[in-house]
Amino acid sequence: MAQLSADNHGLRLVVRYTVLGLIALIFVFPLVFMLMSSLKPDAQLLSDTRSLRAFLPVGDISLDNYFDAFRRAPVGLFIFNSVIVTGVTVVLTLFICSAAAFAFVFVDWRGRDLVLTLILATLIVPFETIAIPLLLIASKLPWLGFDGLTYGWLNSYQVQIIPFVADGLTIFLFVQYFKDLPGELIEAARVEGASWWQVYRRVVIPLAGPVLATAAILKFLVMYNQYLWPLMVVQEERYRPVMVGLQYFFQLNRAWGEIMAYLSLITVPVLAFYLFLQRAFIASIASTGVKG
Amino acid sequence: MTSLRLLATSIAITTAMSSAAFAQTTLTMWYHGAGNEVESNIVNQIISDFNASQSDWVVEIQSFPQAAYNDSVVAGALAGNLPDILDVDGPVMPNWAWSGYMQPLQIDEAKIANYLPGTKGVWNGELYSIGLWDAAISLVTRQSYLDELGLRTPTLAEPWTGEEFMDALAKAKASGNFDYALDLGTAWTGEWYPYAFSPFLQSFGGDIIDRSTYTSAEGVLNGDAAVAFGNWWQGLFEDGYAQATQDPADRDNGFNSGKYAFSWNGNWAALGTLDAYDDVLFLPAPDFGNGSKIGAASWQFGVSAASEHPEGASAFIEFALQDKYLAEFSNGIGLIPATASAAAMTENYKEGGPLAVFFDLSEAQALVRPVTPGYVVAAKVFEKALADIANGADVQDALDSAVDEIDADVAKNDNYGF
Repeated sequence: MAQLSADNHGLRLVVRYTVLGLIALIFVFPLVFMLMSSLKPDAQLLSDTRSLRAFLPVGDISLDNYFDAFRRAPVGLFIFNSVIVTGVTVVLTLFICSAAAFAFVFVDWRGRDLVLTLILATLIVPFETIAIPLLLIASKLPWLGFDGLTYGWLNSYQVQIIPFVADGLTIFLFVQYFKDLPGELIEAARVEGASWWQVYRRVVIPLAGPVLATAAILKFLVMYNQYLWPLMVVQEERYRPVMVGLQYFFQLNRAWGEIMAYLSLITVPVLAFYLFLQRAFIASIASTGVKG
Repeated sequence: MTSLRLLATSIAITTAMSSAAFAQTTLTMWYHGAGNEVESNIVNQIISDFNASQSDWVVEIQSFPQAAYNDSVVAGALAGNLPDILDVDGPVMPNWAWSGYMQPLQIDEAKIANYLPGTKGVWNGELYSIGLWDAAISLVTRQSYLDELGLRTPTLAEPWTGEEFMDALAKAKASGNFDYALDLGTAWTGEWYPYAFSPFLQSFGGDIIDRSTYTSAEGVLNGDAAVAFGNWWQGLFEDGYAQATQDPADRDNGFNSGKYAFSWNGNWAALGTLDAYDDVLFLPAPDFGNGSKIGAASWQFGVSAASEHPEGASAFIEFALQDKYLAEFSNGIGLIPATASAAAMTENYKEGGPLAVFFDLSEAQALVRPVTPGYVVAAKVFEKALADIANGADVQDALDSAVDEIDADVAKNDNYGF
């Protein structure tokens, strides 16, 4: 009987890992196709698409597409711009949205529920509907920089960052998470004389690892994939992000190999960020798993 | 004392030189060619030559990728951030002029008297833009295919009739040598549809909008001629001559790898085809009863309405209209030079050159797309109607709907000033 049970368990494991392996393959296939295609000349790339050769490093393999991609566009500059814009936005978003959620959940103030409802209502407003009014505002806003007081934020990093440092979805994520934290912890800290800032900084944020990681990943993806807004507000190449840069490769005679090389290059920061936060995410769960 | 005089003189000269330098006014320019190294190099060379040729103006360029360019200009106009000089796709120019994004050019029109008609952007009787090149489409095939299929080689003077064209497709299909008889390039969406396919409609006797009034498409896009065109168009797909949806890879490489007997394609792809075969033919469009037609007008230079220095911007554009630059663009990116004298300076378009036929096609058959601000909407409506018909929609219904949509847009915009 015990032998039968062990056999069943083993069979279940085999089936489970086979299914999981197949699903993983399906998800990995596009990435493998992209990487393999980035190493092939266009004619071979196109002829390989009808067979499994598309997923294999066979035939005329070289890094020429990567060199050509760097010749066609300032790839490094675009990646740098996107990393700066995305990185700063993620950091500011985590601070501002978590602080806002903290105020909504733990601090008692008049009109709190109404304001939260209004913020959540913004979730149903697509960005495209406010893009033009936002453009008109951004084109006239003052900015105090190295050149003194100037007007108009077009062609800058701040115009790509500041409109996105607070959003309803991220505040909602923090609010939901904070509601599940034990209220006794906050009460105890307040009784001990901690200020609201100290409670936020020393009690709530250390317990918010999972939601910080989740919010960071979601925000990173949204910001890294920004296309419409930078297209509207950035006319100078030196501030262009990667997704607008992708259009450099869509000429009438498309260089598919270079497109794949460019896509492979701009995918690296996304994968790196995800892998980095995946570990932080797991560590956060491990360290906060005892709270219940 | 002598030293003091020398010092004073030096200061005076330095100040004068600085004043001269400061007297130069910067002109900003937006261009659609980012990512195209050859094109960018030529534009940069023209700017460099212009800046060195005089002391009044300095042109500074900002390049955009083509796919993002139009949206960037519209956003720039909304934000009040347009440059002095911009380039504009020919059929879009009337919309930008009507929208107040552009102002008429201040150039000597005698200089463009011998330019190909498709390179002149005229709206409301005024010249708003001028192109250094044009583009043209031809029916690409091989002499060996025509010989094998027993087909007459059509000429500019005697193109194929509609019947001859359909006979050629039927023979190509019956030969069994090809996946499809005709590569229409349906993988390319957007402006390709009105640019490449509306000339067929015009050859049938229809049009996207009634050019006598520019206020309605009624009768021209859904009349008898247009319905005949629609039935013919639908038949191409129902009879298996062409694909309603096409793999982009087939568009890029299909004809050159022998999948199609004929390809409806532009001169920008011609050099690749010449590399693939040694007996390539670039044939004129078939005549469906109202003459052979192909599209015209490509990218052109213009002056933005926001420019405070239209005379400087126009001076730059006039400077760019030199045959040597027209020839350089043609040699670099394969497009048709705007003048015969520039064509004679090129490798491909000089008399006897491998692409010279495109200059003749452009001169003889080119018809600009409807010159109206409403074209940008009508073009999208036309594209949708053709895609619907290709996928089996009722021809009359699809065309009637397109007419309703175009007419509603024209009415909503007060007839676009017509």
